[in-house]
Amino acid sequence: MMPTPMQNQQQAKPILEVHGLIVRFTLRDGALIAVRNVSFDLFPGESLGVVGESGCGKSVTFLSVMRLIPTPPGKIDAVKMRFSGMDLLDASKRQMRRIRGNRISMVFQDPMSSLNPVLTIGRQMREGIQLHLGLSGRSLDDRCIELLDKVGISAPEMRLKSYPHQLSGGIRQRVMIAMALSCNPSILLADEPTTALDVTIQDQILRLIRDLTRDLGTASVLITHNLGAVAGTTDRIMVMYAGRIVEKAPTPLLFKDPRHPYTQGLLRSIPRVDQPAGRRLYSISGAPPDLLRETIQGCAFAPRCPLAEEQCVAQAPSLEPFAPEHLVSCWKAADAHQHG
Amino acid sequence: MKKQPHKRTRDTIAALKPHYLPASADAGGAAPHRYHWLIDLFIQLVKTKPLGAFGGALVLTLVLMALAAPLIATHDPNEMHGMQTLVPPGSDFFFGTDALARDLFSRIVHGARVSLTVGLGAVGLSIFLATVIGVLSGYFGGVLDTILQRCVDAIMSFPWLIIMLTVMSILGPGTGNVILALALAGFAGSSRVIRSAVLAIKHSEYVLAARSIGCRQPAILIRHILPNVAAPILVLATLGLGNAILAEAALSFLGYGVPPPAPSWGRMLSGDGLDHMLRGPWLVIFPGLAISAAVFGFNMLGDALRDLLDPRLTGGARANK
Repeated sequence: MMPTPMQNQQQAKPILEVHGLIVRFTLRDGALIAVRNVSFDLFPGESLGVVGESGCGKSVTFLSVMRLIPTPPGKIDAVKMRFSGMDLLDASKRQMRRIRGNRISMVFQDPMSSLNPVLTIGRQMREGIQLHLGLSGRSLDDRCIELLDKVGISAPEMRLKSYPHQLSGGIRQRVMIAMALSCNPSILLADEPTTALDVTIQDQILRLIRDLTRDLGTASVLITHNLGAVAGTTDRIMVMYAGRIVEKAPTPLLFKDPRHPYTQGLLRSIPRVDQPAGRRLYSISGAPPDLLRETIQGCAFAPRCPLAEEQCVAQAPSLEPFAPEHLVSCWKAADAHQHG
Repeated sequence: MKKQPHKRTRDTIAALKPHYLPASADAGGAAPHRYHWLIDLFIQLVKTKPLGAFGGALVLTLVLMALAAPLIATHDPNEMHGMQTLVPPGSDFFFGTDALARDLFSRIVHGARVSLTVGLGAVGLSIFLATVIGVLSGYFGGVLDTILQRCVDAIMSFPWLIIMLTVMSILGPGTGNVILALALAGFAGSSRVIRSAVLAIKHSEYVLAARSIGCRQPAILIRHILPNVAAPILVLATLGLGNAILAEAALSFLGYGVPPPAPSWGRMLSGDGLDHMLRGPWLVIFPGLAISAAVFGFNMLGDALRDLLDPRLTGGARANK
């Protein structure tokens, strides 16, 4: 059996190290701390899933890694944020431009709005390749065609001359993936790549990302609010809530033995076909805290947590190892054993 | 998903094409173009936008008239034909003569030169100013935006006629000065329109995507933002052309326009036309018609071009259907 990236961890050096990342936004009506002390490592070739509901800071975390957060109003702080040995916090604008698209690339949520509507697919694809690989003329076109072929687009030659509106959502997202992989990046960040797509297409796109990154040895980060999307396609999962990581575990372990009540809630709220008809779907009551208004003293999830006690409200838990490779940020991690 | 993608040659792709796609999908620029895209555009214009094509024909006539004025005109526009003042339209003088016995037809033909020079010059300058200010202001925002927009506010708070008259009084008469005055009076409003278009675009995901592949700011501005504001710019320009021709006429009417004896349509209306309107109605009818036709032509053409050049709108020459 092939060693999983998890088993490789001991030997391999992480390609992306983030330690103590804090992202603040200074807004008219106060300061918002969108990411609160987030730490994680990404290993070469690994596939990491990042799960959490809207506004929990998952996108901001990775936009910060790319330094694509507008500053001001944003402010990025971290103890350490390194990409293959290079400090991303101190990198100059020029160094960052060299990394973006070349070493770390992104796929965005809505392929309709992330492609420029007035430029042909070809022009947009060529841009990054020209910029980073310096190809031109025939070899540039060949590269584009090869990439489109790789992401499973038929008649790639013709597609280069198409405008985004002439393509379906799935094809557009394939184009985005081709563009993201065009310079053989070390990391592919996919920010909810399937949210805007048809359910039948979602699976295809997720498989495509998995297969291509596996073939190219690219590490990938799959940001999503849908646990189902990361189940079959990632090695590790990181669950975020209100700007923090609440649970981090290898994918099989997270599904088998979720320890944080929030993760359990997420898992239980996936609708199941084998459920008796007419049974109400499970949902986590309440809403995530307003990061702008509420000062969070204890555990941010406490107000919605079925297991919350006095300690949970008074003091915030830290992310502690519960089992090897399984980190949980919950006072009740040991008790939280109730499968949905 | 193929693990090892085989590279298809261009020939096989071409051979495969009919199986993959219906003919209609080919028009997305992928089908082999039999003509230059400008010719394609022209065919589309005639087919789908008859009114626009009519406007285009008017504009074309105007341009030809301006270019070949000496060939088309039957007389020298400034030659005075003795005592033949206020002769009604006839075979000698197609549009009659004015109070100074000059051939009106020749003056109108030569007037096309004046109108086009002033119109194109003023619109070119004002759109250039408006684009630079609008794009910088909208894209960079912040202090720069505030400063630029307050200046624009100041300019816009004056009626355009006041600005033009002020500039003309300071600079004195002359075609170049008319162009400058028209541009200064017109660019502020256009820059607002362009700024708001840029504001809408700069937060779009594709600009973020462009940054995420490592594009520089100038490249993003020129390659991603500008093409997306091209449609409003084109509309502003064509509407502006009509307006500029009208404004030049207004300036001439007030005695501030292109200096005599140059044949300006506006001055023809105001000078002779006004004085002798009742005895020689052709003096106002023909210059008025010329102005109307020019303005109408530019507006119709601009509108149609906007529709055709925007790949997002269906009916585009380069778009699908």
